[in-house]
Amino acid sequence: MPHFPKPAEGSWTEHWPEISLAPVDYSDSVDPAYYELEREAIFKRTWLMVGRVEQLPRVGSYFTRELHVADTSVILVRGRDKEIRAFYNICRHRGNKLVWSDYPAEEVSGTCRTFTCKYHAWRYELDGRLAFVQQEGEFFGLDKSAYGLRPVCCEVWQGFIFISLDPSPAPLVDYLGEMGKGLEGYPFGEMTEVFTYKAEVGANWKLFIDAFAEFYHAPILHMKQAVKDEADKLAAIGFEGLHYDLKYPHSMVSSWGGMSPPRDLSMVKPIERVLRAGLFGPWQRPDIAGLDPLPAGLNPSRHPKWGVDSFHFFPNFMLLCWAPGWYLTYSYWPTAVDRHIFESSLYFVPARTAAERLQHELAAVTFKEYGLQDANTLEATQRSLKGRVITDFPLCDQELLLRALHQAGRDYVREYTDGTVAG
Amino acid sequence: MALLPAEFADLEPFSDWVLETERERYAKRLATPMDQMQAFYDAAFPRLAEATSYLEDYPLGRPIPGPQRNLLLLMMSLVLVSFPVEVWQQPCVPDSGATYLDLVVEPAF
Repeated sequence: MPHFPKPAEGSWTEHWPEISLAPVDYSDSVDPAYYELEREAIFKRTWLMVGRVEQLPRVGSYFTRELHVADTSVILVRGRDKEIRAFYNICRHRGNKLVWSDYPAEEVSGTCRTFTCKYHAWRYELDGRLAFVQQEGEFFGLDKSAYGLRPVCCEVWQGFIFISLDPSPAPLVDYLGEMGKGLEGYPFGEMTEVFTYKAEVGANWKLFIDAFAEFYHAPILHMKQAVKDEADKLAAIGFEGLHYDLKYPHSMVSSWGGMSPPRDLSMVKPIERVLRAGLFGPWQRPDIAGLDPLPAGLNPSRHPKWGVDSFHFFPNFMLLCWAPGWYLTYSYWPTAVDRHIFESSLYFVPARTAAERLQHELAAVTFKEYGLQDANTLEATQRSLKGRVITDFPLCDQELLLRALHQAGRDYVREYTDGTVAG
Repeated sequence: MALLPAEFADLEPFSDWVLETERERYAKRLATPMDQMQAFYDAAFPRLAEATSYLEDYPLGRPIPGPQRNLLLLMMSLVLVSFPVEVWQQPCVPDSGATYLDLVVEPAF
C-alpha cells in the first residue's frame, strides 16, 4: 500500500502513457558516438541556465562560462542600458579568446568599461560593438560595424540567466512552459546568500541528474547520516514521492520533509538539535514575502508535511525549493562522455545573526557530505556501465524522472539525426 | 594573545580551528586525527548554544569585532567537525575516495 496516493492508473509512471515501462538502455551514458550527437542535438539546441542576475550587479559586470560541450566560451555582461547580454568570447580579429586571465581554460568574472583583447588591443563596447582597431589604417576596407562580438541568445527568467547556442530558439518562457510558470513569483531575488560548490566528476552528465532526480536512494546510500533508529525506520519504509509531474521535456518530484522540524528531537543529530537546522535547512522560514502562499507549482499535492520540490529543466538544470524557504540549483556541464563539471549553489535569505549563519552552514556542510557520497557512487556506476556487460536496467516508479530524462535525450538526438539525414 | 572573547577563554586551546575559509576548515578536518577532533567537539559543542546567544549582540550586517568573529569561525569549524564525530567516526566521508566538492563561492560576513 502506498503511503501517499498515486494516480488512478496505479503508478506515476503509467500516468504518462508516452513513458515506456521497459528497462532503460544506459548505452546513452557510455557511447562516445552518442555523446557527440548529444552535443549537437541537445546542448546546441536548448536553453542553458548559466547564472543569476545577482552575479551582474552593475553596468560592466561580467562573467564568462566555459562550455566544453560546445567547445566555446561565452561572456555574460550587463550593458550601459542595464540589459544582460551574451557574446561568444572570441575576438573578431584573429580568434583569440577575448576575456580571460592567467589560465585560458578558466572562467573569470569582474567589472569593466570595455573589453580589450590582450593580443592586438581590439576593443569592444559592453553591447558588443567593435569600438577600436589598433592601426585601423593597415586593414583593407574594414567595416567596424560588421565586426562586433558574435551575440548568443540570452534571456532572463525569474533572475536566472539562460543562453541558447541556437541562433533562433523558441522564447525561453515557452521552452520552460507550464513547469516554469508554476514557479513564477517565488522570492528567488531575496535569497542572495550563496554557497557555490564545484567538482569535476568522472561520470556521464545524465548519471548525476539520475542521482538527484530520485530520492529512492536516500534512505540507503545516505543511511548513516540519520540517527540509528531513524535510519532503520527510513530504510524499512523506503521513499515515496508526494507527487510527480512531467511537462515534457521537464519534470519534477515533490517530497515529504518530516525532519524540518522533526516530530521528536531524538530523531536528529545533536548538532541539529542545538542549531535547529539540518539537510532541509533551518527549521523556521525566513520572514519574507512570497513564501506563504507559495506559487502554485510548489507543493502541488498541498501536503502539510511537504519538504522539497525538485525540478529538472531539460537538459542540465535542476532547481530545488525547500519548505523552510531557501533554494538549491544543480548544473551539469559535460566535458566528455564519462566526465562532467558539477556545480551546485545554495541560496538563503542573508543571515542576520550568527545563529542563522550557523544554520546555513550546517545545511551547506550537510549538502556537501551527501554530495560526496553521491558523486563517488556515480564514478562507480560509470566504471561498471562502461564494459556494457549489462546495458538495460529496470527503473521503479520512484525513478520516473530518470526515464523522462533519458527518453527526452533520445528524442532530441533522434529528431536531430532524422533532420540531418532528411535535410 | 587571546583570539576568543574572555567568556570563551576555555576554548582558546582549540583556536587553531579559527579558520577563515571552508577550504581551510575542510583541509584541517581531513588532516586531523579523530581523537583531536573529538576533543575539540567535546569542548566546543557544550558551548554552542551559549555562543549563539552571546553572538546575538553582534548582528552580521555590520563589522564584527575580531574575538566575536573568531568565535563564529570556531563554531563553523565545530559544525564541520560534527560529521566526523557524530556520524562517520573518521575524518572523511566513507566511500568518497578522491572525490571532491570545492566551495568556490562562500558568503562573507
